[in-house]
Amino acid sequence: MATYNTSEFRKGLKVQLDGDPYLMIQCDFVKPGKGQALYKCKLKNLIRNTVIDRTYKSGDSIEAADIEEIEAQFLYRQQDQFVFMDTESYEQYELTAEQVDEAWKYLKEGMVCSILLFNNRPIAMTPPNHVVLRVEYCEPGARGNTATNVTKPVRVETGGEFQCPVFVEIGDLIKIDTRTGEYIERVKE
Amino acid sequence: MKKALSARFFASVVQEQLETSDQWRPTASLAALQRRALLLRTVRQFFDERGFLEVETPVISADTVVDRHIEPFSTGVPAEVGKPPRRMWLQTSPEFAMKRLLAAGAEAIYQIGRVFRLGERGRQHNPEFTMVEWYRRGDDYAQGMSLLAELAEHIFGCGTVERMTYAEAFSCRLGLDPHRAGIAELREAARRRGIAWPESMEESGDRDDWLDLLLTECVQPHLGVGRPTIVYDYPASQCALARVRTDDPPVAERFELFAEGIELANGYHELCDPNELRRRNEQINRRRRADGKDALPERSRLLRAMEAGLPECTGAALGFDRLLMVLCQAATIDEVIAFPFERA
Repeated sequence: MATYNTSEFRKGLKVQLDGDPYLMIQCDFVKPGKGQALYKCKLKNLIRNTVIDRTYKSGDSIEAADIEEIEAQFLYRQQDQFVFMDTESYEQYELTAEQVDEAWKYLKEGMVCSILLFNNRPIAMTPPNHVVLRVEYCEPGARGNTATNVTKPVRVETGGEFQCPVFVEIGDLIKIDTRTGEYIERVKE
Repeated sequence: MKKALSARFFASVVQEQLETSDQWRPTASLAALQRRALLLRTVRQFFDERGFLEVETPVISADTVVDRHIEPFSTGVPAEVGKPPRRMWLQTSPEFAMKRLLAAGAEAIYQIGRVFRLGERGRQHNPEFTMVEWYRRGDDYAQGMSLLAELAEHIFGCGTVERMTYAEAFSCRLGLDPHRAGIAELREAARRRGIAWPESMEESGDRDDWLDLLLTECVQPHLGVGRPTIVYDYPASQCALARVRTDDPPVAERFELFAEGIELANGYHELCDPNELRRRNEQINRRRRADGKDALPERSRLLRAMEAGLPECTGAALGFDRLLMVLCQAATIDEVIAFPFERA
């Protein structure tokens, strides 16, 4: 099993602790001139998204994690399973509703997303930064009102709901930033 | 709410590592480099005015300081082109060569030079850095400490530098006696303060490892805040090349300067006894082997010089880049170095 020695520690290292994959998001080297070196690390659990603090001394090592990021197309949803297909190998991967979490609101058939594999099993999914979705239902807005600071809830084709300016109407295509969940603009067909 | 952000987060970290297009640029501002030039002049002037001779000694040497926790860079150097190489060392401090000059009759000397320590990289560390080191023949412990205090007061333009013993520093922050506390008491002090320690310290950590942990995490951040502080009388087990005074408990005549929680300088009332140096080198190499590290050469030209007679002296070494960090209020050493290791 491959390991990383403290001399290889750096931000971005993918490691394995107690069977879980972690990303090293911070590593501070501290050392008294004549004393022992310590590596104070912050490690992010890539499954649970929790962050833990661990301290190591020179010569310690951590097991490397086999982590890969692939591009995959969203195929369909079957109850709590979201099925994706690797755009290169055509291999299919299933993610749980828990792994997909809030991102289900953006998923349209054929959308290319990024999937994180740990030991060849999917652990997390990220949609594209921007997605375009069709408005399925909303209350009618006052015609001619182009103010963007007044918003209303809008339901889109995926079933997800977003806050949009009041001028948005049923049938419109809207662009959403998936990192914030915020409306960006209306898109022409 | 749990957010499924990990894949994107991961991508952003990787991207950051790959963005190398601006690697040719310096990390220090021109203003910081001007400050550096000015500080070099200030330090030179300080020692020149006091009659110190500026010296230069080899950066690559057949000898290296034998230290438990400092790793020298080594290189294979053939005596002639085509001959088999012998191992030589980039200096981790000019200590050995400067003491050879003292043994040969030099009175008061200083050096501003580059030193190298393998693997030391962090917010306050660069593997190649600038060290100011000085020695004065005839200086006892108190005189050596006073000279360091004078330098600090001159550079920082501050009032009298604070002084406290290593024991006082620990007792005031942790309420324990660092010379007498056992491992269990030191570990308990760390636990009570929620300090994370390496798992490997549970089995292999010795008293000094635990003292270093507490110093780094609990004591040092408060040292020299507001005005510089000299900490003196270190545990005898951390004597390095300082004399050990046979008090009860015995202490090393070693002192360090801190400012704003940053370790700036380390000084010794210098060990002059070659037999004691031999004994310490053997002991350090034993501990290095136990730590899984290579032993370092125990015989050196310094040993020969000490056999010929090293006069009583006190000396100190100051991390020039760190001093500049404090003066510039820099958060990282990169802000005061034109090209740190990754861009070297």
